[in-house]
Amino acid sequence: MLNIVVCVKAVPDPRIADKLKIDPVTKSLPRLDIPLVINPLDSHALEAALQLKKKYEAHITVLCMGPPPAGNIVRECLALGADTGILLTDPAFAGADAFATAYTLAKAIEKIGSPDVVFCGMASSDGATEWVGPEIATFLDMPVVTMVREIVEDQGDDWIVKADYGHGYRTVKLKLPAVLTVTRNLNLPKPLSFSGILKARSKEITEWDHHDLGDPVERFGLKGSPTYVTEMYPLESRREVQMLEGTLQEKVARMVKILSDAGVA
Amino acid sequence: MIDFTFTEEQELFRKAAREFAETKIAPHVPMMEETNRGWDEVDKELAEAEMFAVTIPEEYGGLGIGYIGRLIALEEISRISVATAMMYQVFGLGIEPFIKFGTEEQKKKFLPKFATGERLATVAVTEPSGGSDPKGCRTSYKKVNGNYVLNGRKCFITNSHTADAQVVLAVDEDNPDAMTCFIVEKGMEGFKPTHEEHKVGMRGCNTGEIEMKDVEVPAENVLGGEGKGLKVAMAAIGDVGRGGMVGCALGLQQACLDASIKFANERILYGKPISNLQAIQFKIADMKIDLEAGRLLGYRAAAIQDAGGRSSNEFAVAKYYTTEAAQKAAKMAVDIHGGYGCMDEFDVTRYLRDSFVLGPSAGTSDIMKVIVSRWALS
Repeated sequence: MLNIVVCVKAVPDPRIADKLKIDPVTKSLPRLDIPLVINPLDSHALEAALQLKKKYEAHITVLCMGPPPAGNIVRECLALGADTGILLTDPAFAGADAFATAYTLAKAIEKIGSPDVVFCGMASSDGATEWVGPEIATFLDMPVVTMVREIVEDQGDDWIVKADYGHGYRTVKLKLPAVLTVTRNLNLPKPLSFSGILKARSKEITEWDHHDLGDPVERFGLKGSPTYVTEMYPLESRREVQMLEGTLQEKVARMVKILSDAGVA
Repeated sequence: MIDFTFTEEQELFRKAAREFAETKIAPHVPMMEETNRGWDEVDKELAEAEMFAVTIPEEYGGLGIGYIGRLIALEEISRISVATAMMYQVFGLGIEPFIKFGTEEQKKKFLPKFATGERLATVAVTEPSGGSDPKGCRTSYKKVNGNYVLNGRKCFITNSHTADAQVVLAVDEDNPDAMTCFIVEKGMEGFKPTHEEHKVGMRGCNTGEIEMKDVEVPAENVLGGEGKGLKVAMAAIGDVGRGGMVGCALGLQQACLDASIKFANERILYGKPISNLQAIQFKIADMKIDLEAGRLLGYRAAAIQDAGGRSSNEFAVAKYYTTEAAQKAAKMAVDIHGGYGCMDEFDVTRYLRDSFVLGPSAGTSDIMKVIVSRWALS
């Protein structure tokens, strides 16, 4: 049986991006009272696992680190077809950078057992470091292929994948177990179904904190992070109305200059 | 303490329905508006999204999600297309008499196929002489050799041309007090859909007439028992028909509010977005208040239904409130849009037209008041 782990992140719903607030102290996005969705690229990671499950006998574990509301995201993954869910939730995990996040996820994957393949989205929509997947692979001492756009061969342990590389792609042969980070070109995630939601009723979500992972608390969260965000700024878009006076020629000339000065033309 | 929050599962139902509406229905709306026709695959798409299975019990191939789930689905579909929500709601109305009054054989024969969308159902009560006064029914039946022969005409029937099985209310030719519901199936000799209506709104949702000329209906197609037709039809319309209109109205209210907020934040007047103007803020507040109140009324009635109770009266209140509110919301949304609110490329023009069709469907607001006053005085 193929043992698959899919790492998913609960990120702020992009549809409310203009309403996000930045915590002035932690320089992070508070996630407790905002709508969370599955990180879009992680949906492609889950879909890759689901497509494998259609072809082979497989067990899919969804692994998510986040505050308790992220449990809804795990439940959604179960409704989409994953078999079991694990939510890594502990105030000690808060403020983790990519390194500490990958460390925590890797510890959880070790506890789950020996996965054949770990899927991650290439990047998160709110962090976008692209480091977590490769760092998980490093902690687990597994090969990693980043930016996978196509799985060409997936029978047995010898896989062939195509991965983005600059303006082209590379074909990579790898041996499982491995970590793959995926792009949106890999597949088209299936939508939620009512029957899937009902089936998820009987599926289990397990919560683990830092005690369950068996390492001192200093290894996790902000304390375990070698990097931290010093400042974060919201992007502001403003619109300004200027009424142009004069003849048509004068107005056109003036408009060209304004656009040119603004770097548009 | 009453808990008014949706469960995690219900939130997922909403998400699934919203994704379906936004990805599968929205692209077809302009074509529906232009041609007044549904897109070819609408029934198939609704079936693939398991929409028809929502209220059908699991033992008959459904999902058994229930009526809160149905209301959630309807609200989300209507937010994108009231016309599609109307089609869907009436397919559900057609299914309901089979669930509540069907014999075991009828349930086994029809419900699994309704659940997969292989067959589609509707209810045909309204006649040229009226809909809310079913005792004015002229469509008649006569028992002949153990079967029944139907003659008559029904009008304003949603899904008249697309439904495969229609629950038709008819009066005994020899006893005007006896009314019976019959399952009239596509292909029965003498039965045919005829005229298609051209409505002011909900364009693309099929509404039309059906005609029955000496249609011989087998005895096993009597639904709910001979002479029990009024009870069958009224229970379905009262609980599920009115409930469905509440879902359509809530979705339209939300669409009006969303469009108004978007426009009011983008439209600059006097150097500021018009959302800064109190006149606009008050309209948006009115819409929001009506929507919140309507949701409480509608979902409470659906919760009663899910608990196994009758909720015709509660849905009469909710239907009155939400369809009236939808009309007000659409008018306010158009007002907020100013001149743009008169232009077809802005959705609010469609919302205004659609809102007027919500009123009479499943009983006008005045009829709702008759029902509510009877309830209050009883």
